[in-house]
Amino acid sequence: MFGAVNALGEALVCQALHRGVKTQQRRREGPAAALLWQKPRSAAQQRHSVTAILSKMAGADGDDSLYPIAVLIDELRNEDVQLRLNSIKKLSTIALALGVERTRTELLPFLTDTIYDEDEVLLALAEQLGNFTMLVGGPEYVHCLLPPLESLATVEETVVRDKAVESLRKISQEHSPVDLEVHFEPLVKRLASGDWFTSRTSACGLFSVCYPRVSSTVKAEIRQHFRTLCSDDTPMVRRAAASKLGEFAKVLELDYVKSDIISLFTALASDEQDSVRLLAVEACVSIATLLPQEDLETLVMPTLRQAAEDKSWRVRYMVADKFSELQKAVGPEITKNDLVPAFQNLLKDCEAEVRAAAANKVKEFCENLPEDSREQIIMTHILPCVKELVSDTNQHVKSALASVIMGLSTILGKDNTIEHLLPLFLAQLKDECPEVRLNIISNLDCVNEVIGIRQLSQSLLPAIVELAEDAKWRVRLAIIEYMPLLAGQLGVEFFDEKLNTLCMAWLIDHVYAIREAATCNLMKLVEKFGAEWAQNTIVPKVLGMANDPNYLHRMTTLFCINALSEACGQDITTKQMLPVVLKMSNDQVANVRFNVAKSLQKIGPVLDSNALQTEVKPVLEKLATDTDMDVKYFAQEAISVLALA
Amino acid sequence: MSAISASEKVDGFTRKSMRKAQKQRKSQGSSQYRTQSAPVELSPLPQLKDAPSTEQQELFTQKLQQCCMLFDFLDSVTDLKSKEIKRATLNELVDYVSTNRGVLVETAYPEITDMICTNIFRTLPPSENPDFDPEEDEPTLEASWPHIQLVYEFLLRFLENPDFQPSIAKRYIDQKFVLQLLELFDSEDPRERDFLKTILHRIYGKFLGLRAFIRKQINNIFLRFIYETEHFNGVAELLEILGSIINGFALPLKAEHKQFLMKVLIPLHTAKALSLFHAQLAYCVVQFLEKDPTLTEPVIRGLLKFWPKTCSQKEVMFLGEIEEILDVIEPTQFKKIQEPLFKQISKCVANPHFQVAERALYFWNNEYILSLIEENIDKILPIMFGSLYRISKEHWNPTIVALVYNVLKTLMEMNCTLFDELTSSYKADRQREKKKEQERDELWKQLEELRLSNPTLVQNNCHGLPSVQNNNNNNSNNNNNNSNNNNDHQDKSVDAAAVATDDDDPDVSVAANESTPCAK
Repeated sequence: MFGAVNALGEALVCQALHRGVKTQQRRREGPAAALLWQKPRSAAQQRHSVTAILSKMAGADGDDSLYPIAVLIDELRNEDVQLRLNSIKKLSTIALALGVERTRTELLPFLTDTIYDEDEVLLALAEQLGNFTMLVGGPEYVHCLLPPLESLATVEETVVRDKAVESLRKISQEHSPVDLEVHFEPLVKRLASGDWFTSRTSACGLFSVCYPRVSSTVKAEIRQHFRTLCSDDTPMVRRAAASKLGEFAKVLELDYVKSDIISLFTALASDEQDSVRLLAVEACVSIATLLPQEDLETLVMPTLRQAAEDKSWRVRYMVADKFSELQKAVGPEITKNDLVPAFQNLLKDCEAEVRAAAANKVKEFCENLPEDSREQIIMTHILPCVKELVSDTNQHVKSALASVIMGLSTILGKDNTIEHLLPLFLAQLKDECPEVRLNIISNLDCVNEVIGIRQLSQSLLPAIVELAEDAKWRVRLAIIEYMPLLAGQLGVEFFDEKLNTLCMAWLIDHVYAIREAATCNLMKLVEKFGAEWAQNTIVPKVLGMANDPNYLHRMTTLFCINALSEACGQDITTKQMLPVVLKMSNDQVANVRFNVAKSLQKIGPVLDSNALQTEVKPVLEKLATDTDMDVKYFAQEAISVLALA
Repeated sequence: MSAISASEKVDGFTRKSMRKAQKQRKSQGSSQYRTQSAPVELSPLPQLKDAPSTEQQELFTQKLQQCCMLFDFLDSVTDLKSKEIKRATLNELVDYVSTNRGVLVETAYPEITDMICTNIFRTLPPSENPDFDPEEDEPTLEASWPHIQLVYEFLLRFLENPDFQPSIAKRYIDQKFVLQLLELFDSEDPRERDFLKTILHRIYGKFLGLRAFIRKQINNIFLRFIYETEHFNGVAELLEILGSIINGFALPLKAEHKQFLMKVLIPLHTAKALSLFHAQLAYCVVQFLEKDPTLTEPVIRGLLKFWPKTCSQKEVMFLGEIEEILDVIEPTQFKKIQEPLFKQISKCVANPHFQVAERALYFWNNEYILSLIEENIDKILPIMFGSLYRISKEHWNPTIVALVYNVLKTLMEMNCTLFDELTSSYKADRQREKKKEQERDELWKQLEELRLSNPTLVQNNCHGLPSVQNNNNNNSNNNNNNSNNNNDHQDKSVDAAAVATDDDDPDVSVAANESTPCAK
């Protein structure tokens, strides 16, 4: 199938490869590259010349299609990392050109030997090899990819190693069961008994992918290896094992979960290092899901109770953070008896981090309580803790609570909400920390569904006003974003009366981002309340700003018009807005004038063709002869977009 | 609300300095989790010195037990009396173990270690400031320091007491004790870390059986710091201890120690917060090289591998370390590493950041380095010449330009024939480099073409790669377009090269003039 042509090309690639293997650590420019640099310069002659040189070398006619591949391989050893990286990223092209056999016999050994390189290059290599199955000849030959990936899985740098493990996991699926036992599993074993911790940590991630598909003797070996790694003397390996414990448990037979995994779990959960213990909490969720309800109490709960009371806050934090998952995994009975008191303790923890994590889970925890006793548990056990958190000393705790507390109202219903929750909402609305108030306001919709927002409006207003004038512009920005929602819930009357002034005040804020958001807000309000409302309440004020002495405010008028014209419709745009825009074309500030051109371009489609021709066109033509180049530019752009030329 | 000024509305951060000022000097309670019920009030015991010698030991034990009571220091008003009693007792205990002989009877050891463990071993609280920058921010101080300090003091005096017997103490000061002690090095409070440093050093000195364990655990802490958390406050202190440990290593170095150097100390250079412990780290590295010069090549290669790519501050530190290494390097080792090393130095010299360039150029003020360069001038000058020459014309910073002139002059004096050769071939070399660059670009384009026109290859070599063949149909057109584009592009770049070459001309002639005096 190969003609002389390809044979020649391959000879070159081959040469490069072998040279590569021999001198790979030096990365000198090889003869192939040197040859290339001496090529004639003329671009036109280039193709021809390359061929000529090639022919001279091999003494035969040939096409140069494989030639760049040889150079590419040369570039894998270039001094410049970037060039090596580029080359590695084209690895599939090289393999494709070489064909499956040469890829297996030459390219892969070369790559396996190249492993000493910059981590960035290795990362790219690890990633590429995960998709190489077809390039080495399909699943039948996929095991050829194992040697380079094995080396990569022992590299120090975590990202490289993780990527290598990811690729190994991927190609493990492409192994036949036989290959898995003959090639893959031995690799896992080698890694698991490696000298340096990196190979052992990598091994932890590979057990679960091969376990389900191997014979029972090999399974026993795998379990043994995993056990060994769980009691490794470096904490790094124990952490890796602990983090894969849940995943491994899922592929094990239930009996082995009970006999093996539980003891490993208990051991890891009482490790001397809290960084290991906290990972066992994550595994707890998976393990508890696997076990039948009647075994949970004896096999899992002692450890979980201990974790919830761990002396390290990191472990308690993890318990709080995973609380909803744990709750689902252990079921309603254990939740009632064990998790409720544990949750109360976490809500009262001495570390703010833990309290905040628990506060975040309040709503989810309550939602998932068994329905028959839900209300009673919340009222007698959870709510008292929540009340204390409202006046917590730490603002992160309060703000975590504020982001979920409103959700309790749907669970507790109207009466309880009014009696018990409302005072808490009101207290948080008056909190000194803006984030807390903001979180309450952003979740108003939950309460609205249950008791209607009116109950809150008296307290809401001062809170909104205060946030609207907060010193931090990001806070002001956040509250603006909730305005359309609030307006929808409070109704047009309340809005006109209390909030309209605020919305207009934002238009002349000192910060551009606020003015921009305010403009956008007006548009949404008009979409909500309709064009008539806009005409009566907003448009006059916006247009009034066209005469403001500050040019930034005059520009805001234009921005508002841009945003509002569509929502307001042709009539208002033509009759009220257009004259103002046209008048502003005489503004002495160039920024205003070119924004006039931009505005005209924007509102043009809303106007009727008569107004366009008789009013807009002359103004744009005048602006197109402006002294300022930007004004000219935008005027011309508008003319061409509106097709007025 | 009206108090908020307009300027603050524009920038909510104007008050940051004020907020920072308020925040500073914050102290933090230990994360003691329900270890005990509410403290009972302490009642003062009689003074040890007043007690008859027969009762002293009993009283000593009582006092130790009394000091196991922990207090909440975040609440500054509670238990004032008891806190004061504990403080006075601790002071007395410190005094007692440091001035009296014969007080460390065997039965006292468990009581003493028990008191120490109860007080100092605790889970460190979460950092108040998650993005704590040790260089900028004030550290959060340990609230219970008034007591903890005295406990540390006591531990130190205990270890230093002439009667102290490691053979008895090793039952209590064991691996677990050391492990907990090492965890405390993460404390944000520098006063605490300082005590820990001295204490760990004493323990390392007195307990031979714990040495290997201590080294291994420090290894683990460093590896976690490098590859997992990037956060540990006590790296500098631990390195300082290691510095003196390395000093005492026997020769030839064990494989374990070499591995520590290559797999832990060198990768430590990649840390973001390198500046906090670089001095100690460089000291450790140099200690190793002084012990065993054959490690020089792997160490320098390691440093070159992790050479900072974007952080100029770190680059300056690396250069500092390289100079420290060069100060102790053996000429034979220098020869082994000179090429890769000077390629990096030549890049540093050409760095647009003047501090980096300046730091690299300062190497030429070092007599020993100069002598090494002179010995190997035929190798080094060709590597350095290009950068130095270009920088002498192009660098924006006049100080750098002046330094470069001096360096060029020094190099010229070392071997003026070679210098002249390089000067005259400079232009040709640059052109060759440009051509290489250009040809590489062309190659890549050609490769793209090849990939697009690959179907023949694909079909020949591997049957049934559907994903690849999908691309083939619509490629023939693109191909033509591509080659046209290529040609256009090449023409342009050739022009650009020509222009650039013209610009270079005058420079070369100037340099040639400079070299004439030497030729005479």
